Amino acid sequence: MADLGQRSVSRRTLLKGGAAVAALGGISAFIAACGGSSATASPSVAASVAPSTAASVAPSTAASVAPSTAPSASGTVTFGSNYSDDVPKKAIAAVMTAFTQKTGINVTINTVEHNKFQDTINAYLQATPDDTFTWFAGYRMRFFAAQGLATDISDVWGTIGANFSDAFKTASTGDDGKQYFVPLYNYPWVVIYRKSFWTQKGYAIPKTLADFTKLGDQMKKDGLIPLAFADKDGWPAMGTFDILNMRINGYDFHVGLMAGKQKWTDPKVKAVFQQWAQLLPYFDPAPLGKTWQEAAQDLINKKAGMYFLGTFAGQQATDQATHDDLDFFPFPTLGTAYDAEMGIDAPIDGFMMSSKAKNTDGAKALLEYLGSADAANIYLASDANDVAANKQADTSKYNAFQKSSATIIGNAGKIAQFLDRDTRPDFAGANGMQSFLQTFLKAPTQDLDKFLSGIQSFYDSLPPQ
Amino acid sequence: MSSSSAPPYAPPASAGGASPPLRARRGRKRFSVLTRRDKLTLSLMVGIPAFIHIFLIWLPTIGSIVLSFTSWNGIGGLDKIKFIGIKNYENLFANYPPFWPAVENNLIWLAAFLLIATPLGMLMAVILDQNIRGTRIYQSVLYMPVVLSLAIVGFIAQLMYSPGMGFINNFLQAVTGDPKWVTSGTAIDWLGTPGLNFAMVLVAASWRHVGYIMVLYLAGLKSVDNTLREAAAIDGANARQVFFRVVFPVMAPINVVVLVVTIIESLRAFDIVYIINKGLNGLGLLSVLIANNILGEASLIGFGSAMAVILLLISIGPIIYYLARTLGKEAE
Repeated sequence: MADLGQRSVSRRTLLKGGAAVAALGGISAFIAACGGSSATASPSVAASVAPSTAASVAPSTAASVAPSTAPSASGTVTFGSNYSDDVPKKAIAAVMTAFTQKTGINVTINTVEHNKFQDTINAYLQATPDDTFTWFAGYRMRFFAAQGLATDISDVWGTIGANFSDAFKTASTGDDGKQYFVPLYNYPWVVIYRKSFWTQKGYAIPKTLADFTKLGDQMKKDGLIPLAFADKDGWPAMGTFDILNMRINGYDFHVGLMAGKQKWTDPKVKAVFQQWAQLLPYFDPAPLGKTWQEAAQDLINKKAGMYFLGTFAGQQATDQATHDDLDFFPFPTLGTAYDAEMGIDAPIDGFMMSSKAKNTDGAKALLEYLGSADAANIYLASDANDVAANKQADTSKYNAFQKSSATIIGNAGKIAQFLDRDTRPDFAGANGMQSFLQTFLKAPTQDLDKFLSGIQSFYDSLPPQ
Repeated sequence: MSSSSAPPYAPPASAGGASPPLRARRGRKRFSVLTRRDKLTLSLMVGIPAFIHIFLIWLPTIGSIVLSFTSWNGIGGLDKIKFIGIKNYENLFANYPPFWPAVENNLIWLAAFLLIATPLGMLMAVILDQNIRGTRIYQSVLYMPVVLSLAIVGFIAQLMYSPGMGFINNFLQAVTGDPKWVTSGTAIDWLGTPGLNFAMVLVAASWRHVGYIMVLYLAGLKSVDNTLREAAAIDGANARQVFFRVVFPVMAPINVVVLVVTIIESLRAFDIVYIINKGLNGLGLLSVLIANNILGEASLIGFGSAMAVILLLISIGPIIYYLARTLGKEAE
C-alpha cells in the first residue's frame, strides 16, 4: 500500500509537471505568433539594451559639474555606438574625451554590440534613441532620413562642409537634398596579399583579367588557393558581386540596379554571374562553411595567395610584423568600357542625429566636432585599418596600409558603398541577396535566367517604400 | 515569458474549500453562499491569470494574425499599416524561395527527434535504470548538455565543425597525418555543405535533447511499481517483454509528456541555427525566417507575421491534443 500511495503521489507530481510543460509549451508556441507584434513591443527592448552597457566616459573634471544652465550647447549629449569591438571602442572613447575637454559638454556613450545595434535600429530610433548615433552612409542613411527618424544637420554642414570632398557630401545627403550624416572614415574593398610571400614566389600584381588568371594558374601549380573566400555569413560575397558588376557594367548601373531602376533579369546582370562562374575555379572551393576571419587566416598563413575583402581584413593580423607585411591592390580591370572609371566599394561609417534628440544644441556641437580634422586624427591614431573621410585630416602619420588605402580611394573614379548599404535592407538581408548569392555559389552552372528571375520576383514582391 | 502565470485552465480549486461552485450556483437565486471575501479571492485568482493570459498570449496572437494581412515596416504609428489582403501568403508560397525548404527542415527536425533522439534518450534511461555501476556518473555526463542553452550548443558546434580550424577535421588530420583533412576542397565542409550541415546541426541538437528525455524518462521509470516487474518476471516474461508489455503501458502519462516535449522542442528550434548562420545555406527553419523578416532592418512585419501564423497552425495541433488529454484525465 505504501507503494501505491507513493505512486499516486508521483503521478500527481507528474501531472503537475505536465501542466507546467503544457503552459510553457503553449507559450513558446504562441511566441512564434507573438513575433508579429514585436515591433510594437520592442521599444522596451531597445531601451533595455542601451543602458545596460552604458558607460559614461566623461572625465571627472569640472566639466561634469556643468548642469543644463546655458541655453546653447551644454549639459550632456548621449551617443549610441555600435563600435563594440575593442579597437574602435577605445578609439571612439578617446574622441569623446577630447570633445568634452574642448567644450565642457559631457558625452554618455551607450555601446551596443555591432550586429545587435543594426538588428534593433528601427525600434531604437522610434523609442528613446540617443541624441546622436553611429551609422552608415548610403541607402541605409537615406532611408531613416526619409522616414523622419533623423534630424536635418545642414547647418552643421555649413561649418564642416569645407572639410569634405563633394563625394562625401553627396554620400551624406538625403533624398530631400539636405544633409543627415557626418562621415568619419571609410575603407576600400581590395585584393589583399602578403608582400614577403609574393617576393619569395616571384608573383607580380595583376592589372588585367588575363594577368589575374595567369597568376591564379601559377598559384594553383604552387599548391595555393589563389583567392581566399568565405561566405558563411552571407554578406562577403556581395563585395565580389559589386566589383564584377562595376567593372563590367559601371557604377551607374550598380546604382540603378540597387535602387530597383534596373532589372535583375537584364542580360548585363547575367554577364556578371557568367564572369564570376568563370573565375570561381580560382576561389576557395568551400566558402560556405567559413567566416571571413577564417579566410583571412588562410591568407595570413600562406594557404591562399590573395583575398578580396575590405581592408578590415587587416584586423586579423594581430602582430605588427604580419600587419606590415600586408599590402593590396584594386581588383583587376576586365577590358570593358568601365576600366577607366575604376569604381570600387569603399563604405563610409559616420554619425547621425536622431529626430528625438533631447539636447539638440549639444548634439550639433558634437557632430560638428566629429566632422573636424581633430576628431579624425584622434580616431585614426587608435584604429589604423581605415582612412579619414576628412580631407584636412593629418595623413602624415598614416602607415603604409592606410597610405595605400588613401591612394586607391583617391584613384577611384566612382565610389559605391556596398550592396547591402546601397539597396533596401529587406532585399539585401538573409532573406534575399544573402541566400541568393549562396544559391549561386552552390551551383554556378545553374540556369541563370531562372535564378535571376527568382531574384527579380522576390524584389517585386517587397512592399513599395 | 509569462511562465509564472498559473496554467490558464487550472480551476481555482483550493479557493472554494467547503463550497463547491456547483452548489453555489444552485443557490444563487436568493442568496450567495460565497462571502464577499470569497468573491474577492476568487475574482483575483481568476482575474490575474486571465489578464496575463489575454494580454500576453491572446492579444499578441490575434495581433500577428491581423498583421499577417497587412504591409508595415514597423516605422510610424498604426495608421501606417496598410491592409493588403492575402498578398503576404501569396508571396510566401510563390516568391520566397527559403519558405518550403524551411518547412521541410522543420519536419525533418521533428522526425529526427521523434524517431532517433527521443528513443535514444529513452533507451539511455532504461539502461541507467538497471542500477549498473557508476550510473550516477553516466547520468551526470548525459545530463550535462541539457543545462546549456541551444545557443551555446551552437557555438560549441561551430568550434567542432569549422572546416579549417575545427576540432573534428584537425583531429582527423592529427590521427591520419594526412593534410587533406584540413585543406579547403578536400576537407569535409561540415557546415558549408547543404544537407550535411543540417544533419550536423541535428547531431548537436540531439546531443542535448537525448539528455533531456533521459532525465524525464528516468524519473518516470523510478516511479513504476517494482512489484509489477517482479510479477511479470515470475510469469516468465523476459526483459524486453517486461518493458514493452508492462513498464511502457504503465508509463503512459510520461510517454505523453515526452512526446509533447519532443514536438515542442522541434518546433521551437531556433537559437542553434540562428547562431550558426542565420538559417542560410540550407539551415532555414520557420522560426529563423520569422526572425529574419521581423527583426533587423528588413522589418517586413506583415510578411513575417504571415509565417508566424503558419507556424502557429502547425504548433497548435499537438498542443490541442495534449491539452485535451490532460484536461480529460483531470475531469475523470
